[in-house]
Amino acid sequence: MSSREAILNRVKTNKPAAVALPQTLAFPPVPADACIEKFARTVEAVGGTVVEVTNLAEIGAYLKKHYESPERVLNTVHGVGFGQELSGPIEDGHVLANLEIAVVTGSVGVAENGAVWVSEENLPTRVLPFITEHLMLVVAAENIVSNMHEAYVRLDVSAPGFGAFISGPSRTADIEQSLVIGAHGPKRAHVFILK
Amino acid sequence: MSSSTYVAPTDHAKAADKFMEDEERVNWHDKALWFIRQKRDVASKQLPEWELLRETASQIKQNVLSNLDTYLEEFERHAKQNGITVHWAADAAEHNRIVLDIIKRHGIQKLVKSKSMLTEECHLNDFLGDNGIDVVDTDLGERVVQLAQEPPSHIVLPCIHKRKEEVGELFHQHLGTEKGASDPAYLTEAARQHLREKFLTSDLAITGVNFAIAETGGFVVCTNEGNADMGAHLAKVHIACMGIEKIIPKAENLGVFLRLLARSATGQPITTYSSHFHRPRPDQEMHIVLVDNGRSIQLGRKDFYNSLKCIRCGACINTCPVYRRSGGHSYHYAISGPIGAILAPNMDMKKNADLPFASTLCGSCSNVCPVKIDIHNQLYQWRQVLSDGGYVPKTKKIGMQAMATVLSNPTIYRVAGKSGRFMMNLMPGLANMKAVNPWAKQREMPEPPKESFRDWYLKNKKKS
Amino acid sequence: MKVGLFVPCYIDQFYPQVGIATLQLLEKLGVDVEYPLQQTCCGQPMANSGFSSMTGGCDANFVRNFTGYDYIVAPSGSCVLHIKDHLHDDKNPEAATHIRSHIYELCEFLTDVLEVKALDSKFPHKVGFHTSCHGQRGLHLSQMTELNAPDFSKPGYLLNMVKDLELIPLNRKDECCGFGGTFCVTEEAVSVKMGRDRVQDHLEHGAEFITGGDVSCLMHMEGILKRQKSPVKVLHIAEILNGQYE
Ligand code: SF4
Repeated sequence: MSSREAILNRVKTNKPAAVALPQTLAFPPVPADACIEKFARTVEAVGGTVVEVTNLAEIGAYLKKHYESPERVLNTVHGVGFGQELSGPIEDGHVLANLEIAVVTGSVGVAENGAVWVSEENLPTRVLPFITEHLMLVVAAENIVSNMHEAYVRLDVSAPGFGAFISGPSRTADIEQSLVIGAHGPKRAHVFILK
Repeated sequence: MSSSTYVAPTDHAKAADKFMEDEERVNWHDKALWFIRQKRDVASKQLPEWELLRETASQIKQNVLSNLDTYLEEFERHAKQNGITVHWAADAAEHNRIVLDIIKRHGIQKLVKSKSMLTEECHLNDFLGDNGIDVVDTDLGERVVQLAQEPPSHIVLPCIHKRKEEVGELFHQHLGTEKGASDPAYLTEAARQHLREKFLTSDLAITGVNFAIAETGGFVVCTNEGNADMGAHLAKVHIACMGIEKIIPKAENLGVFLRLLARSATGQPITTYSSHFHRPRPDQEMHIVLVDNGRSIQLGRKDFYNSLKCIRCGACINTCPVYRRSGGHSYHYAISGPIGAILAPNMDMKKNADLPFASTLCGSCSNVCPVKIDIHNQLYQWRQVLSDGGYVPKTKKIGMQAMATVLSNPTIYRVAGKSGRFMMNLMPGLANMKAVNPWAKQREMPEPPKESFRDWYLKNKKKS
Repeated sequence: MKVGLFVPCYIDQFYPQVGIATLQLLEKLGVDVEYPLQQTCCGQPMANSGFSSMTGGCDANFVRNFTGYDYIVAPSGSCVLHIKDHLHDDKNPEAATHIRSHIYELCEFLTDVLEVKALDSKFPHKVGFHTSCHGQRGLHLSQMTELNAPDFSKPGYLLNMVKDLELIPLNRKDECCGFGGTFCVTEEAVSVKMGRDRVQDHLEHGAEFITGGDVSCLMHMEGILKRQKSPVKVLHIAEILNGQYE
């Protein structure tokens, strides 16, 4: 008997009596403005920076102002007008080893935890939002939801081969519990809320 | 770790004594973990629906365990459709062999690994090391203990038992940081550079799995550092190792679990990265190893199966007043603290018979557990099972029998117990007949009163 | 209403004054109390050590002693919890069930059954209340800090009725003291460290007395205080609620 069968047989014999799956949790809707406000506060709380803009060009202007002459920028959001714009896939993520700035679209923002859903559909290669030193996420205000339950209603997480909720810059507190921002991923994360 | 000098303890109380020789470290350890418990309290109290979430999470897991075989098959079917290769391992040895086979097939010499308690449980690093494979743990805390040739002492905070000066010294020796430097930001930056090179040059990455979704055939990995993603997305081969209990029915269930996990673990609203893997990259191979290793047996223990609901948040460990003083290594099992103490006896009752007794049964663990495992009740139940099975010292059994005889017979009790004498004599006896009275080592004995309550009652109150 | 008073073995032997205070307090409140003379122990010491198989004798004796009362009251949360959770008697299952559902820890008996609104007691001192785990997390005598639920405390409610008593705050409201039954000797070092840390929290907040609902925890902390030659004293809550101190 294969291990597969052995395991499944043992599980079948030993499992407790069947119990139904509980109902999906849902909570009263939160007004859009409150969501955006909460989202912005939470992103800041997890170490990110929030910038509210009314059009994509404003993002470009902001970046030009704050990053005078960055050398290695990869901009995947058409209309931002900053750095090198790229639409096609990148075959080998290793080429991004020294990337300074990546500008990426996030399709959903979650108010309760400041997370932004970034998925393969919007990425030239999966490693981009992790390998870059500064991550610039762009989220449309109407795509900000109150909590994770709503996020999973909005998203089909199995549609892309890969997707991630990203909340702030990478961090660790493994040494004596002192928080250090910038572990293996980005050292800074911006979220641009497009109103 | 094949050349490890670390010797695992075998007795919780003895190992705890050793850890407590350095009281300053114990005080620091206690405060650091209590601080995390407090952050967890604050985070959980910001959600009015917190207790509902816990109850729901527990019920979802109950549903999972009661249908585990069908969910596993469903998961396997969908994962295969997604282009993921699925392996089944009955035990640790088979798991390790499967992983080694994949590595060998690709002719790979070195790999990066992000946090996976399962691979700790299976001692994968030792096994691969013995087979000439260079494994680099990429979680900062895990890298620290790996360099120190020790196992993690905590499932979420692997090197919480180490002071920054010790980390500084390790990094000085292995990564060439400045002698005496102990600033966490400086050391973290050094690790970042050291490990970035490993990420960029490793063709194979191993990750753990936090949740695997039956309905979609995908899996979710949560980290704060981004190390799982750096490893997996740069490697040609990704192996994800998971215990079979990690299955959840649907993607929407993640709403419940991801709201609970990080808040319980560290008080963060969510981990920085919650990565959902569904298909390999076109140029990549993706494997999942489904590991039983005793889980299907635990599933059949009616008092203990719900320990399999655990999502490895570490909250029970942070809140445990014993753990905070005794340190994680005192549990001599891959998973320390209260949850480790109820999982370990399932694996080896003889070796781990001491662990369910390393608790005051205060119950704080059960209250913080996001999936509502009745941890302290299971500690109590394991004590019964282990005593019934003859896994506790004989002297203890004899002492208990004597005590039971006295306490179940009012006449003997009164003769033995005049003014506290029996209790006085009994207390040292509880410690397995040690020469010294362990009560009195650091505590005064209570003074025996002139008369017992019963004597007083008979003199002053008895009406008839 | 007829109440059977259960005075756990270590109170009987070491701290008779706690039994006396409990009895007097209940009588002052007009309760008809009786102390069954053949009682011994609830069986917890064996059960918590893994030998619940040896508690049959204690169980049977307990049922023999406490059958026929409307309520059973004891000044110990831990022993009450043990009876509530584990008392069994194959020969008298109904009597055992009645006892399990009618046994009360002293404080909860005062607040929930007698619904006490005032006490005639005085204690002009700073007091730290030690929350014993079994009373709190097992019997829910007070809210547990781990839960997201409204705060309450039955012992706190009663202590607030005591004239001139000042209840001090603590950093860790409901951390275990480390007694833990046989744990206190099998894990001596951890037990003592936990106890010292717990005592320290009270000392830092200026406690003159430490009180609580379980003599076992108090005995442990008293042992530590005495070894430290501390002037801080330990009293069971029954002694305070029953007392007229100056
Ligand atoms: S037992 Fe509960 S609290 Fe402990 S690690 Fe598992 S999920 Fe977290």
